[in-house]
Amino acid sequence: MDIVSILAESTRSAFGPIAAIYALAAIGLNLHFGYTGLLNFGQVGFMLVGAYGVGISVAVFDLPLPVGFAVGLLCALVLALLLGIPTLRLRADYLAITTIAAAEVIRLVYRAGFAEPLTGGVYGLQNLADGFRVLNPFDGGERYGVGALSYNGNHMWVLVVTWGLVALMCGLVWMLMHSPWGRVIKGIREDEDAVRSLGKNVFAYKMQILVLGGLIGALAGCMLAVYQASIQPDQFKPQVTFFLWVILLLGGAGRVFGPVLGAMAFWFLMNFTDGLLRGMGSMGWFPFLQGPDYGAIQLAFVGVLLVVLIVFRPQGLIGDRKEMLINVK
Amino acid sequence: MSSEATNSSAGVEADRMAGAEPVPGSGKSDPILVADGVRRSFGGLTAVDVEHLEVQRGTITALIGPNGAGKSTLFNLLTGFDRVDRGTWTFEGVGINGRPGHRVARAGMVRTFQLTKALTRMTVLDNMLLGAQGQVGERMAGAFLRNVWAGQERANTRRALELLERFKLIDKRDEMAGALSGGQRKLLEMARALMTDPSMIMLDEPMAGVNPALVQSLLEHITSLRDEGKTVLFVEHDMDVIMGISDWIVVLAQGRVIAEGRPSDIRSNQQVIDAYLGAQEDDSAEARGSGDD
Repeated sequence: MDIVSILAESTRSAFGPIAAIYALAAIGLNLHFGYTGLLNFGQVGFMLVGAYGVGISVAVFDLPLPVGFAVGLLCALVLALLLGIPTLRLRADYLAITTIAAAEVIRLVYRAGFAEPLTGGVYGLQNLADGFRVLNPFDGGERYGVGALSYNGNHMWVLVVTWGLVALMCGLVWMLMHSPWGRVIKGIREDEDAVRSLGKNVFAYKMQILVLGGLIGALAGCMLAVYQASIQPDQFKPQVTFFLWVILLLGGAGRVFGPVLGAMAFWFLMNFTDGLLRGMGSMGWFPFLQGPDYGAIQLAFVGVLLVVLIVFRPQGLIGDRKEMLINVK
Repeated sequence: MSSEATNSSAGVEADRMAGAEPVPGSGKSDPILVADGVRRSFGGLTAVDVEHLEVQRGTITALIGPNGAGKSTLFNLLTGFDRVDRGTWTFEGVGINGRPGHRVARAGMVRTFQLTKALTRMTVLDNMLLGAQGQVGERMAGAFLRNVWAGQERANTRRALELLERFKLIDKRDEMAGALSGGQRKLLEMARALMTDPSMIMLDEPMAGVNPALVQSLLEHITSLRDEGKTVLFVEHDMDVIMGISDWIVVLAQGRVIAEGRPSDIRSNQQVIDAYLGAQEDDSAEARGSGDD
């Protein structure tokens, strides 16, 4: 077992395109939950409609990539309105129930037989990245980076653009949350009746934040389609949403950089525990484990690490402990 | 409360109430709030059924009644926090029935809550600034125009600090509201409501859970609101408090207005004594300890 190469590989994934994509989606979730207190358990649904917006536009209708992004974002806008209009007037738990169900329904519809002419059914869509790679200033065949932290040209391009979007969205979130608008949003998280009694239209604010966070989630989906160059419906299972929640809580909810640090730490941990377990397995420590068992054991291991984190550092990596400890209501 | 306090307020109350008749549903000379046929039932239970109610401008009006009389429900209805089955009411001559809570607040009728709603994980100053109306920066697009809202923010902060000074919370301005004591939260909630610059302020049990030392100071604040020309309508259990500061008292029982009048009228009203005061004497401790309906 080569611990150094496991560490190097884990670090590489912490800065890689997937970590950036999850960071982006978690920024959206942070707007929902971290700042506003909206329980969105269907963030993956926004990623899905974003990814398929790109996929269907590019692969089926042969439209340029920017149109695909626009379609993906538009779908997310519609989805947010559909979810929000009936549930945002109700108690917070209704949104949670609705979002988790809606995300799963959307996945099942997109993979259904009748949708196959558009979505490719269970096989999904392929060849989605050409429009993106045309713009690639890097050479697809070369590797870029230093030492273990190197990526091929195509991935480097996705990585730069996605981390760029992450930086942009962090800036956006920072500006919004340091404005009177952000103050109303945080007020809603604390007690929406109090905010309503001060003359603020709470429903409109919650709708705005649901749309905004959903759009950012869809953007992450678009980048996922571009990064993989293909999409399948079954990669948008509910576990993606739970990974995003873990990322958010790990990094620190209600902090601008919480989702970013969370995503990096999460993917580092995922790859590190995976490498470690497999390394130990290859040395014959776990004779009772078969190949696929490692995945399950690894997830359990990550789960234990997270439990430890929640117990000893409930505010996440960069949350404010003082703020956490104030009894809510 | 001492009898002098009662008498002194009795001396001026006649003037403020401008000779209103002490009968249920009596007309007032200058009503700020007029409600007609307001009814709300939960299942088979009629919680509120008020035929006619007027609140005189510039007075302190108390709403009393035994537990379950529908005081808080009436409050919620009038402020748009609950839906009526039927009924209309006007505020400053404009019909506001059916308006959602935030639009009632914008019209100038602001409320507080029985269970204090301090925004605990925000600073005291941020709590206050939330009360300011018409902020450009509170619109999503406006949030990016720091230059546009910065001036407004400074003016609002100045006003917020003045109010915090008046409510003796100035030293706490940068602390989380969750770190305040129960009484200080009540003060903050009242100051925050004032930040909206209301013409009428509705206080739902402002003394509940406040230590006796702070009650006097809260009472002074309420009286000073009236003296500034604001109208106060409040729900309260403590009879001493009510008799001491109210200009007018409305008694609810089983959702209906059973009596109205000056403290002296109410004190001698046999119906009220039967419905409320008798019970109050017996289990006043319980009434104070357990919230409301």
